[in-house]
Amino acid sequence: MNSRIRLVAFNTFREAVRDRVLYNLIAFAVLMSVAAILVGQISIDVERLVVVNLGLTAVSLFGVVIAIFIGIGLVSKEIERRTLYTVLSRPVRRWEFVVGKFLGLTGTLVVNTFFMAIGVFLALLYVAHKFERADYSVLAALYFIVLEFVIVCALALFFSSFSTPIMSAVFTFALFAVGSLAEDLRAFAKAATGFTSLIATALTHVVPNFAAFNVINQAAHGDAIPARLILYNTLYAVLYSAMAISGAVLIFQRRNLK
Amino acid sequence: MTDTGRVTWIAAAVLLGAMAGGALVQNASDAVRLSGQDQHELYVSSPNVLRRLCLGYTGLMADIYWTRAVQYFGYQHHRQSGDFRLLAPLLQVTTQLDPHMLPPYQFGANFLAQQPPNGAGLPGEALSLLQYGIQNNPDQWRLYYNLGFVYFTEFKDYAKAANAFALGAKLPVTNEFMPVLAARMAQHAGEFDTSRMLWYTAYESSKDPRVRQNAVDHLLALRVDEDVTRLEELVLKFRQRTGHNPANMGDLERAGFIRGAPVDPNGKPYRMTTDGRIEVQDPKAIPYITKGLSHPVADSPLRPSL
Repeated sequence: MNSRIRLVAFNTFREAVRDRVLYNLIAFAVLMSVAAILVGQISIDVERLVVVNLGLTAVSLFGVVIAIFIGIGLVSKEIERRTLYTVLSRPVRRWEFVVGKFLGLTGTLVVNTFFMAIGVFLALLYVAHKFERADYSVLAALYFIVLEFVIVCALALFFSSFSTPIMSAVFTFALFAVGSLAEDLRAFAKAATGFTSLIATALTHVVPNFAAFNVINQAAHGDAIPARLILYNTLYAVLYSAMAISGAVLIFQRRNLK
Repeated sequence: MTDTGRVTWIAAAVLLGAMAGGALVQNASDAVRLSGQDQHELYVSSPNVLRRLCLGYTGLMADIYWTRAVQYFGYQHHRQSGDFRLLAPLLQVTTQLDPHMLPPYQFGANFLAQQPPNGAGLPGEALSLLQYGIQNNPDQWRLYYNLGFVYFTEFKDYAKAANAFALGAKLPVTNEFMPVLAARMAQHAGEFDTSRMLWYTAYESSKDPRVRQNAVDHLLALRVDEDVTRLEELVLKFRQRTGHNPANMGDLERAGFIRGAPVDPNGKPYRMTTDGRIEVQDPKAIPYITKGLSHPVADSPLRPSL
């Protein structure tokens, strides 16, 4: 990675920390502690299930919200504060700026997820009193969640490269929602006929398939996550985010910043 | 006091006062709003709609619905309302959101199968739930155990109970009692012994202290049911021999039928009525008994529970 991209990425991370993004960890810690202690009293025999389900769902949703709300402001904020002109007047190319921003936000989310993962495992230790082999699948689920963040960051950045922050948030969240229901869209495409089928099939390829990254249920039940799925999901996340970032670069390159 | 200090104190006082007042008003409005009405409703009963609404986070949603089912059952059971109309749909939603979650099948089936006021009195729904569970988790012996349990206790269908236990016994991971239970069902062997074995298996196979305590309660209730049955048989024998009912336990003892006054699990002696029935002194202290009550229950002596 060239030093300019690294600098932009590091500054993006530092700005996010300065914006108190990591404060969400406190809310997460409280959530996990309360769940771990209370669930045994209000339910029957599902302590581990709840800790894994709630923990991973919270990691995923907290991260997606952070990715959307920070991602949409990455470009517009710099324009609004006029700091973008200072950055671009230095030997930083536009594509380097976009890629650096993307990597900085992704890095923030990885750090955030790392601390949350520690919280999930501590809560798991509290309810189960030991770690089991099945807990490996929780790690795989966390990895998939990080891949999901990579795509959401890329999408947020893509939309923010040409739209207003509010509209970018709406577009990104809408894609996240549709992508989470990608299996339904695929089923619809299969069931439909003619032109509708054509459009639906095209949509299934454009919309990110977040459903494939959701293995929270399997992790909660301690089911093994196939190595091939890990490989395919990694490739898919890299390709999809590359597609979105390339789109963002293409638009940002041509954007009139005056 | 400075202006800032005064404002701080006033704002803090207003904050606390408003918070306390708000809580009081809310309690008062709850009393008006909720009196006499059942707050439990199931607004979304379609698992498919729920799955879409929760954006695929079905595991957490299933946990929430299972906890709701437990709370709903506990609430209605505590009220002794006998109204369990939402129990089956709640369990259905839970198991369809997460078909591999076992507690809703194991405990939910028992919640459904028990007769009111202890349960929903829907043994058919319990069977459907367990069959759906087995379909999705064919390697779980506990589900076959629960299925056999419901067939035995609610339907007295020994053949189907034996079949369920036998299928569970064939699984790679199973419980040592399963083949024994299958054999007992096939022979229609002693009901009390079989029930004892069922509850003992329930005790042994769970780590949850509440489930284990419940199994202990049922085992104690079985002991009472068996004691009462045996004592009433002795009363009958006494009558056949002497032509009249014994006046008290002393008559049975003097006739050589028993040694000493028999006592229930709490150490209280059984009481004999003038018509020769045997009663426990404090039925509320021994839950789940079906015999020895002041108003005897006519049907099955064995009621399943949690």
